Amino acid sequence: MTGLDELYREVILDHYRNPRRQGKLQGDPIHAEGSNPSCGDEFFLDLFVEDNVVTDAAMRGLGCSISQASGSMMMDMIVGKSVEELRELIQKFKVMMSISEGDSPIDEDRPGSVLGDLEALQGVRKFPVRIKCADLAWATLSEALDQTTS
Amino acid sequence: MTDLRALRSDFPILDREINGHPLIYLDSAATTQKPDSVLDAMDEYYRLYNANVHRGAHTLATEATELYEGSRSKVARFIGAEPDQLVFTRGTTTAINYIAYGWGLNHLKEGDKILVTIMEHHANLVPWQLISRYTGAELVYLELNDDLTVDTSTLDQVLTDDVAIVAFSGMSNVTGALGPIDVLAEAARSVGAISVLDGAQLVPHTPVDVADLGVDFLAFSAHKMLGPTGIGALWGKPERLEEMEPTEGGGEMINTVERNESTWAPVPHKFEAGTPPIAEAIGFGAAVDYLDAVGMDTIAAHEREITAYTLDRLSEIPDLTIYGPRDVTLRGSAVSFELGDVHPHDIATILDQDGIAVRAGHHCARPLMKYLKIPATARASFYLYNVPEEVDALVESLYKARKLFGLT
Ligand SMILES: Cc1ncc(COP(=O)(O)O)c(C=O)c1O
Repeated sequence: MTGLDELYREVILDHYRNPRRQGKLQGDPIHAEGSNPSCGDEFFLDLFVEDNVVTDAAMRGLGCSISQASGSMMMDMIVGKSVEELRELIQKFKVMMSISEGDSPIDEDRPGSVLGDLEALQGVRKFPVRIKCADLAWATLSEALDQTTS
Repeated sequence: MTDLRALRSDFPILDREINGHPLIYLDSAATTQKPDSVLDAMDEYYRLYNANVHRGAHTLATEATELYEGSRSKVARFIGAEPDQLVFTRGTTTAINYIAYGWGLNHLKEGDKILVTIMEHHANLVPWQLISRYTGAELVYLELNDDLTVDTSTLDQVLTDDVAIVAFSGMSNVTGALGPIDVLAEAARSVGAISVLDGAQLVPHTPVDVADLGVDFLAFSAHKMLGPTGIGALWGKPERLEEMEPTEGGGEMINTVERNESTWAPVPHKFEAGTPPIAEAIGFGAAVDYLDAVGMDTIAAHEREITAYTLDRLSEIPDLTIYGPRDVTLRGSAVSFELGDVHPHDIATILDQDGIAVRAGHHCARPLMKYLKIPATARASFYLYNVPEEVDALVESLYKARKLFGLT
């Protein structure tokens, strides 16, 4: 695969075009907003957390395929997870996206991989300027989780 | 097509390869590439003439001052002005800020209006917003026609006696649309307002003579016209420059300094506090020499042709929307577009893999983006060194983007 084919995998385009959990939560959810001012990408996140577990989540986003797909994939994974589990996931995601890992091959055969669809985002590492796109939703989630402890 | 191809060898960067492809630089609206003559002029200054200007009687200082002031004369002549009407600034942004603070602070009052257009770059909006905070003035906007040129039909409603400043762009860096310079300069005069022309995209691409423009102030940047970053110019009518206060104080800009007050050096030096960017000023002079040698009429004709070709070729591509006038007499060579649901940043990444540099984003014109109801555009912009084959490569790469995103 060329770098571009790796970047724009089908699963990424699917999430970009059909983002999961789009919308707003009614009531008084935890709300966090993230943006990359230099490119204009935005990500708005609503969460309900009960007994330290995310019980519902919704997002609204605007931006490139990478930022929106990354956000949509994240939305697929967060409901039902505890705050600690999510912090761990954020950490794993960060490690996966870090440039130092950029040369490691994508292990396509690994069964039941922990990060699931998210692994499709590894192609982004070859495009360092786009890593901040993939990070946007996760930084927003991190901010929302911080609100649960305050 | 006006063939300026031979000039390409004057630009060393055009020999570069990007991602295994020859560089195709379509981002001159952001900043232009520099010819050898500009690079050499700056290098030579540091190697042979380096000294501070306007200070000291030694030979080097005299030579450096002559080079610096010589550049001022060249840049002034380039726009049909006198050297003592031309202030060196850090660029367009600084020039407009100087007008906002230096003229606006001591002339604007509560309730005054600053008339701008919705297609302005942030550089011609935010300084006016800042100065409005101090003075109680208020921004009012002209909007756009269907072809994204400025709609002057609402002038009657917005042009009231309390309009004190009319500030507008000569050419949009997003849509390429030319500003209605004559109409707005005349509108300003008719209500006793001053007119401020953002020439950042105009001066590099068309012949400009301040005597014909009819405006009070003109601002432009060297780096968008083959020169270095860090330098630009503010031209003003002599009486306007006299009315203006210096925004910065320090060395070089004074006549006498006492314990509690000072008097200013004459224009233009009263606006150039501190050691100026000397090498950059010299590079600016070399840049206008280069443009003069090619001829601004020739450059404008070349750009019209390559813009027409680009608009034609882009129109062939399914799902592609161009944001800007189709009539090349109403526009310059910055061409903004969208391609289906392929986000502009994705377009830029895909083109970059083919060595093609375009800009994606809001182009420092968020109010315009909001007005057009789009978050961002991709923009290809051209200059004298671009050739039609580069447009062909752009089109081919855009088809590749369509394919990657599964557009059929
Ligand atoms: C229309 C317009 N005005 C102002 C500017 C600001 O120029 P500079 O950043 O050189 O001060 C630019 C360049 O980005 C521009 O395109």
